[in-house]
Amino acid sequence: MMARLFGWLLLGFVRLLTGAQARWLGCPPKAEQRIYFANHQSHADLVMIWAALPEELRGKTRPIAAKDYWTKTPLRAWITREVFNAVYVDRARTDDSDPLEPLMQALEQGDSIILFPEGTRGHAEEPQAFKAGLYNLARAYPNVVLVPAWINNVQRLMPKGEVVPVPILCSVTFGTPVALGAGENRAAFLTRARQAVVDLRVA
Amino acid sequence: MTRFLRSLTPDQQMGLLFVLVFGTLAVATLVGFLLSLRDRDAEGRDAGWWQGLKAYREGVRRSWLMLGVFWAGWASGPMGALWLFAFGSLLTLREFISLTPTHRSDHKALLLCFFIILPLQYGLLATGHYGLFTVFIPVYAFLALPVASCFGNEPQRFLERNAKLQWGVMVCVYGLSHVPALLTLDFPGYAGRSAFLAFFLVAVVQTCLLAQHVASRRMKRPPTLPQVSHSFNWRSWLIGLLAGGTVGVLLTGITPFKPGQALAMAWIACAAGSLGHLVMKAIKRDRGVPHWGGTNSGVTGASGLLDRVDALCFAAPVFFQSVRWYFGA
Repeated sequence: MMARLFGWLLLGFVRLLTGAQARWLGCPPKAEQRIYFANHQSHADLVMIWAALPEELRGKTRPIAAKDYWTKTPLRAWITREVFNAVYVDRARTDDSDPLEPLMQALEQGDSIILFPEGTRGHAEEPQAFKAGLYNLARAYPNVVLVPAWINNVQRLMPKGEVVPVPILCSVTFGTPVALGAGENRAAFLTRARQAVVDLRVA
Repeated sequence: MTRFLRSLTPDQQMGLLFVLVFGTLAVATLVGFLLSLRDRDAEGRDAGWWQGLKAYREGVRRSWLMLGVFWAGWASGPMGALWLFAFGSLLTLREFISLTPTHRSDHKALLLCFFIILPLQYGLLATGHYGLFTVFIPVYAFLALPVASCFGNEPQRFLERNAKLQWGVMVCVYGLSHVPALLTLDFPGYAGRSAFLAFFLVAVVQTCLLAQHVASRRMKRPPTLPQVSHSFNWRSWLIGLLAGGTVGVLLTGITPFKPGQALAMAWIACAAGSLGHLVMKAIKRDRGVPHWGGTNSGVTGASGLLDRVDALCFAAPVFFQSVRWYFGA
């Protein structure tokens, strides 16, 4: 109840600040199992892409949140758990556990996920090289549709080190789904996926 | 007829005016709808005619929206109008800033624009500090913004970055806030009727722009300033001024002015509005965007609100000052 109310307020707030416009250029919003992968420049990316999705998909689409940042304070933990229904991923790699485990669990349940394959926030205009996680998931779940997304302008909303966001129009562009080719190797696929995201920038 | 009109209260007169304008719009909508029912192939009209019709219907729809907003502003009283325009300022400034890239270190100056200058400007209006209201942004905000920018610790393109912010605030906050200012200011002997002045301003400026647009499309004369605008030329500008002036004179009855004064006021508003529109075109050209929004919205997701109000933003302050001077207020 609280979570729904808060989510509703947050949505209004994000729309007022950014417009939270979704541009479905390469595919329509559709209730199929998907992995959305996007560029990552700010913690607000997670909120942006969540707000840009239509109401019907928002409930079934779970963002991936870095455990160290998003569980640091009780408030952050509550928001990611209750409002975003996020999947936590541990960035501090330990030998005995697979960091992709929670993601796979979510996919097994039939949820869609939102992934930032760079793994960490970039500060340049263009995203950094993608980590292997996207490739591994694509190989393990060939039936899940991989949708590239470009989040525009969020770095201006709240640059690193600032606390108060400034109103600025942001948009999320969804592109044509990318599929893992037969026999395509990891590096080639990751480069292609990254390019698909970068191409949306001027689309 | 005139005796009947005079016997009405100002509110009733204003209501009547809205009924008239909404009625005209309804007729315009109906005409557009009937024209769209025509058989596409049988009449042998070319694609251009259909495009013209589409643009016309789009224009009518936009007028409904604008008028609806103004009606809401009037119906909810001066304070409602104030909130409405404050919100409008926020949206237009957001659009302006989104399309004119700022640097990371401008963040503090941006916060100052959105969360301090904008509310203060409308707050001054709400509390009736008209003297400070007219100088707050051009004097104090213009001096404070570079200071806030300084604290971003980034000297690169300093002057240029500040000019962007200053002009964004000037157009979107200062300019737009003068429209509700017309509503809240009570002039001696004209109490409760200041909504007519806002209506006069909007009607005159929009007519001028529309006439100018139509004239430049019909005449196909070479543009005077091809680098800035494809459509601007002096003759169509004069036609726009004439049309605006005519509407101004026709509306004399709802203003405190005499016909000659109404004409002068209309021309002041039209000249400021149409030339301001030209200035915004130059800014757009520099940014490489044909429209602030456009039908297929670009990656910024701007909706083109600024396109609709930019002329008003330039006309309103000049008109407001002229009216104050006229009343000696």
